[in-house]
Amino acid sequence: MSPAQRTLYRDIALVCLADAVVGASFGATATAGGLPAWVPIAMSLFTFAGGAQIAAVTIVLAGGGPVAAVAAGGLLNSRLLPYGFTVADITGTGPWYRRLLGVHFTTDEAVAFAMGQRTDRDRRFAFWATGITLFALWNVATVAGTIAGTMIKNTGAFGLDATFPAVMLALALPTVTDRRTGAAAGTGAAAAVALTPVLPAGLPVLVSLGGLAWLWRGRRDKAAPTAAGAASPGNGGHD
Amino acid sequence: MAVQMPVAAIAGLAAVNFGFRVAGPVFRRRFTIPPRAERVLSSAAAVMLLSLAATSALTQGHGFAGWARPAGVAVAGILAIRRVPFPVVVIAAALVTALLRLAGIP
Repeated sequence: MSPAQRTLYRDIALVCLADAVVGASFGATATAGGLPAWVPIAMSLFTFAGGAQIAAVTIVLAGGGPVAAVAAGGLLNSRLLPYGFTVADITGTGPWYRRLLGVHFTTDEAVAFAMGQRTDRDRRFAFWATGITLFALWNVATVAGTIAGTMIKNTGAFGLDATFPAVMLALALPTVTDRRTGAAAGTGAAAAVALTPVLPAGLPVLVSLGGLAWLWRGRRDKAAPTAAGAASPGNGGHD
Repeated sequence: MAVQMPVAAIAGLAAVNFGFRVAGPVFRRRFTIPPRAERVLSSAAAVMLLSLAATSALTQGHGFAGWARPAGVAVAGILAIRRVPFPVVVIAAALVTALLRLAGIP
């Protein structure tokens, strides 16, 4: 093994271990909140996307409907759409079962590690190493979390309820890359909190998307119609 | 407490996610995503994540969640900005919240 490969292995292992902590917290919080253990386990197996799983379960635990949960989780994972195009040369070749697994293993982590490599061979290697390790650890951690969640009776005393918002905040902060996005996210979050007492659970988070209006502020002359048209193919995927 | 997550919702979320993931390998020869659309989607994710973080940190049901949870989440946010490793951020949130509750702050 070359030193570069050894560093790559180590980085992949560290990132996957960090995700395992989140996976365990997901399993524990979902079961402690009253969901049967198979729900978080099935979600980790078949959805395999931390942010979307946590968003959907947060909404359900807050009393929101399944439609709002799927809409929020789905929209959050719309970023997988551009990822799919980015790694299509890796996931779009080989026998059908390998393509199927490649598609399912398309995550922030696998795409990031693959893009960090120079040659096609290294990209392929980094993608699969991350995908397989993450899938294994994420699901084992979820199961371990559900066991802990069903055993812990007083979850409040352990501060378990603070882990989901902490994960989402830590995921949100790096995505706020410019002032317009910051304004949109700040306004949206403030509106969502203000509307929580009056709207049915799950809706305030969807209403917060109105904050996106900031993106078009001050460039209505020409950019707005183009942007609205450009957004439609991406939005079509939510139906 | 009767919390429910119907099988249809679990399958629906898995299907939506798979759709997003599979579109690239399937359609890569026929079209590409406009960069502008990609930016809007990424901003939409930022708005949703922050709103979910804020509402789940501050509210419980239709009311205020108490001070311990938002305090723990705030500490996590500061650590995240300082690029502290992810597991530490998550565990710090739980720890701060748990300690505040131990001290009698709900």
